[in-house]
Amino acid sequence: MSEPAATRPAVRVSGLTKRFGAFTAVDDVSFDVGMGEIFGFLGPNGAGKTTTIKMLTGLLHPTSGTAEIAGLSILHDLETLKSRIGYMSQLFSLYADLTVEENIDLFAGLYGVRGRRFEERKAWIVEMAGIGEHVGRLTADLPLGFKQRLALGCAVIHGPPVLFLDEPTSGVDPVARRRFWDLIFDLSKAGTTVFVSTHYMEEAEYCHRLALMNRGRLIALDSPATLRGSMVEPLLELRTDDAPHAVEVVKGLSGVLEASMYGRALHVLVADERAATPVLSEALAGAGLTLRSLRRIEPALEDVFVARVRAAGGVE
Amino acid sequence: MSRRRLFAIARKEVIQLARDPRSLVLAFLLPLLLVLVFGYAITLDVRDIRLAVLDLDATSESRRLVDAFAESGYFSVRRRLERYGDAEPVLVAGQASAVLVIPRDFAADVAARRGAPVQLLLDGSDANTATIAMGYADAIMSGFAADVLPIRDVFLAVEAETRVWYNQTLESRNMIVPGLIAVLMSIIAAMLTSLTIAREWERGTMEQLVATPVHRLEVVFGKLLPYVGIGLVDVALASAVGVFLFGVPLRGSAALLLAASVLFLLGAQGLGIFLSAALRSQVLATQAAIMVTYLPSLLLSGFVFAIANMPAALQVVSYAVPARYFITVTRGIFLKAVGLEALLGSLIGLAIYSAIGLGLAARAFRKEIA
Repeated sequence: MSEPAATRPAVRVSGLTKRFGAFTAVDDVSFDVGMGEIFGFLGPNGAGKTTTIKMLTGLLHPTSGTAEIAGLSILHDLETLKSRIGYMSQLFSLYADLTVEENIDLFAGLYGVRGRRFEERKAWIVEMAGIGEHVGRLTADLPLGFKQRLALGCAVIHGPPVLFLDEPTSGVDPVARRRFWDLIFDLSKAGTTVFVSTHYMEEAEYCHRLALMNRGRLIALDSPATLRGSMVEPLLELRTDDAPHAVEVVKGLSGVLEASMYGRALHVLVADERAATPVLSEALAGAGLTLRSLRRIEPALEDVFVARVRAAGGVE
Repeated sequence: MSRRRLFAIARKEVIQLARDPRSLVLAFLLPLLLVLVFGYAITLDVRDIRLAVLDLDATSESRRLVDAFAESGYFSVRRRLERYGDAEPVLVAGQASAVLVIPRDFAADVAARRGAPVQLLLDGSDANTATIAMGYADAIMSGFAADVLPIRDVFLAVEAETRVWYNQTLESRNMIVPGLIAVLMSIIAAMLTSLTIAREWERGTMEQLVATPVHRLEVVFGKLLPYVGIGLVDVALASAVGVFLFGVPLRGSAALLLAASVLFLLGAQGLGIFLSAALRSQVLATQAAIMVTYLPSLLLSGFVFAIANMPAALQVVSYAVPARYFITVTRGIFLKAVGLEALLGSLIGLAIYSAIGLGLAARAFRKEIA
């Protein structure tokens, strides 16, 4: 550990594994997260994202492997570690029967934030979350967006260098989600490393780097732009009068690598655009479907992930 | 351990309790209600035993004997029987729990001074009442004999003068209320805390809590602290009801009573927290808490049945029932005004209980998710 502090990663995960009986939830995962980075964690449900975050925050003990966060081991320095990280869980888990202020006071007490610093941090949370007029209200009565910003405030009341967010914006509207991400950008600019898991592709685009998990394994790790550029096969957008039926028809045709529905259209990944076009039109005509349009499009992150997940063996 | 974090937890727990009507009812109303109900309902005094009479003699002597039973206050004559064969159906039907049979030659036997036997048939299916009724009947018969016989014939001049100490009127309520306080607290104390940890796991708040640097002992003791306070308020309330409403004397030191209560509460509430942490379900933990505390403290603590009269095996088991020690303490303090020296054994028993309860609680609570 002779690396200088500036180049030492904020999070270093090595061979992290968690088994529940015969089921391997996280399978030998290793990666580094740089200081101040916004690190996105993506993958289908059950891919092992939450389990990984719970191991990194000391809520679960790994079966094997280890990780260091801000230079502290999750195996040996757990209690110190907990005072150097912030954690916001998937489900809202502040005390609904306490007021906004009582929640802030409680977490300040638990993280040992007191005196003038406490007053400063409290004022900062109230301002940052925009809850000035709700301070005396029961947390249960707040709209979800406010609750989530309050939970974020309580998670960083002690100014931790590393912050873990497990699907922090699930269930809120796009405006509240965007507002939440502005807070994440601010924290990141101020030097906080943010480790965030999400379902939303638009959120994935906000991250500096993305890790994709499937079936407990890390199957891709790069910046969003690089990941998008990594898909060399042409992607076609196909519109017909019956998309669900068309998926069945198109899947398994020669030269078709992937076919999935995107709204009312189909995204079809093919080996060769010229060869695939006549095959597709013939097959659709044969099934009695009308081909409305067929054109090549730029892959979005979602296409990349669908392709990677399928290539890695599909969803459970 | 950090006192600041411990108090942060305790403070949160108090606020949550104060906002939760169900917890408040469980914590304060339920014990009060139970003391009232049990205080009024349970009485072990036997009065007005239903008596059927078969008077085959029908003389003034036999009628005087029946009157002696009726006037004692312990028996009330409900039925007059005609034939001996009626006695059993009356007992079986529960119309009477005792039948007094006066044989045909009763008056003659009395007059001849040759010993006048009468028969008392008792319904032994309620052994407790039967035993007590037998005692009353003996006393009434001796009184009657002394009345009808001339002085010179009462050759047994020595009379036992019985005096009951500590509970002069032999009011069972005086025994029951102090014992009841102990039994109630055994049940309620563990039940209250059995909810606390499980509730946080169920609601998901525990996940946020264990992600903080809070130490598990701070969580356990921070949660325990307010409940010990509630338990003491309950003991004080129940004692006040006993003293002011039921007229039970509090002869000993109230301070000692509260000190012993603290020991007992730490044990019972530690046990509740242990179950809550181990089972992580409010329903399961509450049921387990009631099961572990309710029956033993009701049956094996000496509350209803004297430990000295139990089979040897149960007597041994009763040493593991913490309510046993607490009952000894409450009864001792209420009725006998005994001090520290006399209660030392029981207090040590309670101290061991609190050590076990706290130890289990501290070990069972884990800051890990699964």
